[in-house]
Amino acid sequence: MDWWKKPASDTQVTHGDRLWLYIVATIVMLLLVIPTLIVMPMSFSDSQYLEFPPSNWSLRWYAEYVDSSKWMRATVTSLQVGTLTMLLATPLGTLAAYALFVSGHRAAKAVFVFLITPMIVPVILIAIGTFYAYGRVGLNNTITGLVLAHTALATPLVMIVITAALRTYDLNQERVARSLGSTRLKAFFIITLPQIKFSVMTAALLSFLTSFDEVIIAIFISGGSNATLTKHMFSALRDYIDPTIAAISTILILVSTVLLLTTQFIGSRQK
Amino acid sequence: MANQISNKSSDTPSALPISIRGLTKKYGRLHALDSVDLEIKSGEFLTLLGPSGSGKTTLLMAIAGFNRPDAGSVRFAETEMILTPPHRRDVGMVFQSYALFPHMTVAENIAFPLKLRRVGSGECADRVAAALATVQLSDLGERKIDQLSGGQRQRVALARAFVFRPRILLMDEPLSALDKKLREQMQIELKHLHRQLGVTTVYVTHDQREALTMSDRIAIINHGRLTQVDTPQAIYNHPANSFVADFIGESTILPLSRDDSGKLLFEGHLISSSPTQDSGGAWSLVIRPERLFFIQDSAADSEQAIVFDGMVKEFVFQGETAFVLVSIADKYNLSVRFGTNSFSSQNAMQPGDRVSLGLHRKDVIVIPQSM
Repeated sequence: MDWWKKPASDTQVTHGDRLWLYIVATIVMLLLVIPTLIVMPMSFSDSQYLEFPPSNWSLRWYAEYVDSSKWMRATVTSLQVGTLTMLLATPLGTLAAYALFVSGHRAAKAVFVFLITPMIVPVILIAIGTFYAYGRVGLNNTITGLVLAHTALATPLVMIVITAALRTYDLNQERVARSLGSTRLKAFFIITLPQIKFSVMTAALLSFLTSFDEVIIAIFISGGSNATLTKHMFSALRDYIDPTIAAISTILILVSTVLLLTTQFIGSRQK
Repeated sequence: MANQISNKSSDTPSALPISIRGLTKKYGRLHALDSVDLEIKSGEFLTLLGPSGSGKTTLLMAIAGFNRPDAGSVRFAETEMILTPPHRRDVGMVFQSYALFPHMTVAENIAFPLKLRRVGSGECADRVAAALATVQLSDLGERKIDQLSGGQRQRVALARAFVFRPRILLMDEPLSALDKKLREQMQIELKHLHRQLGVTTVYVTHDQREALTMSDRIAIINHGRLTQVDTPQAIYNHPANSFVADFIGESTILPLSRDDSGKLLFEGHLISSSPTQDSGGAWSLVIRPERLFFIQDSAADSEQAIVFDGMVKEFVFQGETAFVLVSIADKYNLSVRFGTNSFSSQNAMQPGDRVSLGLHRKDVIVIPQSM
């Protein structure tokens, strides 16, 4: 039988009927991916300017990135801030999600929504607000300030991931553990946590990425020796077109992709 | 009782009595428990029976320590437990969902309470093996939880609850997730296990047949109050009110009237001359369907039996029993149930047939009419 006459699913719809859907989906996917992928060949260009397709190939912009103390310092800052954000947002978000999930309190839902607001409010508003607030307390251009602001952004993500995990978890397990002689704290650590650990890891990676990719808040409140990689990239693009950015972008895409694939892999192994 | 106290010093008691007094728990304006008093004897199998939302699980959780009552006391033997957290109450628990730990093997699940009590690894292994043998799962110790059937999970949850020799065992509808056949088999097994362990057991269910099958005593709970606490036979034969009569077993409840001398009548039949604790209020007659019997020839009421004449409205064959709905005095429907056998002429009953039904006076149940 011809392929387009075969049923595409349990319905009567055939692949032929669905052809238009395949075409639309492909176009959407290409539109999403091409702008990202176009950076990659550009990063291997020999040219002084961003050029596509490159006429000569070279690794000079990767060398430029690695040799530049400015770029290296920014990278270290981004990694530092990302890691600290992850270490702060993951436990905070997990604890908040757990508490709000377990508590039958009427206000629990309201508190949840309140803690989620950094995800809903436009980041530019958070950035402006943070900039003025930090100006009062002297946290602008500091690692601490960046970590705190990024933690506020990443915590809602952690909460959503952990709450989703707890929904499929039977809290009676903790009750049983307590009746069998375990304290509540211990029951959380030896019964609940091992069963949501993959979600906790996913949440940790997501909070790292949230901070590492973040640019708007960083533009406002990071600077000097504590400027992040994304902030430097943004400034570099504004001032002059530097192909080093293409090289860095390529590296960032790879890092993000690897991290996301890792979480997907962890998630699928969990099942 | 005196015996028990004298034995205490020589032998470690295998069970504890539970004494609940004035226990009250409110959720907002709702009284989940309304001043509950209940004495559970040492080694007894007591079932908390009630419809959903009646407060039976709230009461069980108060005994386990998972909710903090607003008032009242829960004592194990002489010790007040209200302020003791669950992990120090030494109470075995089985949940409806089993709540087995899926990241541990069967043996690790059962060893869990022993590890927490720092039982040595040798003894721990022995006790896990013994517990597995008791629930007939000796070969499955290394299995993962998701490789077990529902019935097997039930048994693991049970083994985990008694392996540390608690003196009180609490079960929250542990069999309701099983299919009917397995449930009935497990009821007998649980009863057997209870006799073997001798542990005080509080069992929550909404299934009246399960309660009748397993319990030494049943505590019927409704709207946060205990309605009646008694043996299965006593509750079935002498329900305290229409709620109990209706909830336990099948019953037809009929209104009674009084004659001038205060005797209770139903459609001219004398039912009872003087009910106990008669305060002059309205009373109802409760008839269990299986206590009615067919009479071949129409007869009058006698010293032994009351005779109702009526007409068959419905005849339903249900396998081991048949169910007949008989209309009497064109107003009331009486449910009748009888065992089927090939020799019975009643098997050929048709709607519209005229029949006479007898009820022994000993089977007469009168209850005060509910408001």
